[in-house]
Amino acid sequence: MEILHLPFIQNAICAGILAAIACGIMGSLVVVNRSVFMAGGIAHAAYGGVGIAFYFSLPALPCIVAFSLLIAFIMGALTLKRRGRMDTIIGVLWAVGMALGIILVDITPGYNVDLMSFLFGSILAVPRSDVHFMVALVVIIVFLVICFYKDLLSVSYDREFSQVRGVKVVPLHFLFLCLVALAVVMTIRVVGLILVMALFTIAPYLVEKYAGSLAKMMVWSSILNIIFVLSGLFISFRFDLTSGATIILTAALFFIVFESGAWLLRKLAI
Amino acid sequence: MPTTKSSQTPVIELKDVSFSFDSAPVLRDVNLTILQGDFVAIIGPNGGGKTTLVKIVLGLLKPQKGKVRLLGSPPEKSSKRAGYMPQYATGEKDFPIRVIDVVLLGLMGVTGCGPFFKKEERKRAEKALDLVGMLSFAQKRVNELSGGQLQRTLLARALVSDPEVLFLDEPMANIDIGGQTKLFDLLGKLNEEMTIVFVTHDVGLLSRHVKSVVCVNQTVFFHPSAQITPEMATMMMGETCPMELVAHGLPHRVLGRHQGTLSHDCHGHKETE
Repeated sequence: MEILHLPFIQNAICAGILAAIACGIMGSLVVVNRSVFMAGGIAHAAYGGVGIAFYFSLPALPCIVAFSLLIAFIMGALTLKRRGRMDTIIGVLWAVGMALGIILVDITPGYNVDLMSFLFGSILAVPRSDVHFMVALVVIIVFLVICFYKDLLSVSYDREFSQVRGVKVVPLHFLFLCLVALAVVMTIRVVGLILVMALFTIAPYLVEKYAGSLAKMMVWSSILNIIFVLSGLFISFRFDLTSGATIILTAALFFIVFESGAWLLRKLAI
Repeated sequence: MPTTKSSQTPVIELKDVSFSFDSAPVLRDVNLTILQGDFVAIIGPNGGGKTTLVKIVLGLLKPQKGKVRLLGSPPEKSSKRAGYMPQYATGEKDFPIRVIDVVLLGLMGVTGCGPFFKKEERKRAEKALDLVGMLSFAQKRVNELSGGQLQRTLLARALVSDPEVLFLDEPMANIDIGGQTKLFDLLGKLNEEMTIVFVTHDVGLLSRHVKSVVCVNQTVFFHPSAQITPEMATMMMGETCPMELVAHGLPHRVLGRHQGTLSHDCHGHKETE
């Protein structure tokens, strides 16, 4: 338990818990809206923000936040009229965002090794200032989701019916995209943008079948995510493995054990 | 021909409305007025534009041409005063939501804002569930329901806001014949307080509660009677509008069954009276 006194471990634990909460909440919304591909699109396009931060020597996290929000807005605007073509538009933004990031990093004088940390996460290198920034993001996400809970639930369950009821579906669509972008940016720090999807999907998918409400799904997904992150962090430290990948594999292992356990129980019941 | 005893206030007014998906026309030059207190069946062949017509009236689709009024205002202003039960559950089956919470969503935009629903709102939702006989299922998750139970839940959701006009798209789709009669009796009772408009492709479902019929197949005809007389059918099909043959194939079946000459109608399990 000595290691808990090390500041970088403390930062890692704080960052991990914060990302777990953000992904538990937004992952639930993404999963029930069947928008996992969209979250993936924002996550990868966010790499453009990394490139911009490098090239113009700007602070990384705020820059990625701004760029991800921009991507979310473009996605929202382009898909508003043509919901059926959403997946294609996401694919385009996904590729263009990443390409922009790579080119900008290419032409930035002096190669920076820190780049990999954005792709695969660097939870053990999270500075205290980033933890503060993440606290602010989690507070914003939790606050907005609570404020608009009924509306988000309504639009997620039945968009057309909500529209008849006079729910402002278009502003809510943008709000949803922006909240996803914020959660994605936070997760980039912890497990890297390549692996964002796991924290967004594994816990919500496990919980979806059992939760009585969307709110409960969010809470339980967050709790599971915290378990994944902390146990993954411990294992990665203990065996000197890459933290981001270890967290994901821990979650995947949990997923497999849980699902096969549930399958066995069903078989035994019959 | 029975006349509606209601007031002459129009609930729905469509003037020269045309709608097309991309370049395929769905509805052309639709003129339609439905008065308060009516009980309207919208019939027509599949793909004839019945659902499109309802969605235009509710403001979910914008016609390229023409004027739409619902309860005297543009639909985007007045749609929250209407109740709507969609064709099938548009919500995902696995969605983590209980029956009571689905019904509560019918109060969106009606009662107060705030992030969560209040006690009085829950009371209203329970009342609506009771009305459709689903109160004992209030705490069930929607994925545990049968098709008919889900349909009744969605009806409760449409009713919970005490709408002035109720739209139902294929309300009988997942319901057995006994349930259909019960549902029609409930709608007949509700019709004392609200205008009811329902879509069906099954003309066997024109119950005695129905007061008028709208035929939709690109164009729209309003019949202020639930009975389609031979004269009407002949006029529609033969003279004024030959292209209406397809649309009025369905009313024709009603006619055929009344005369007892049509036996191949697979929907003919229930007489209209």
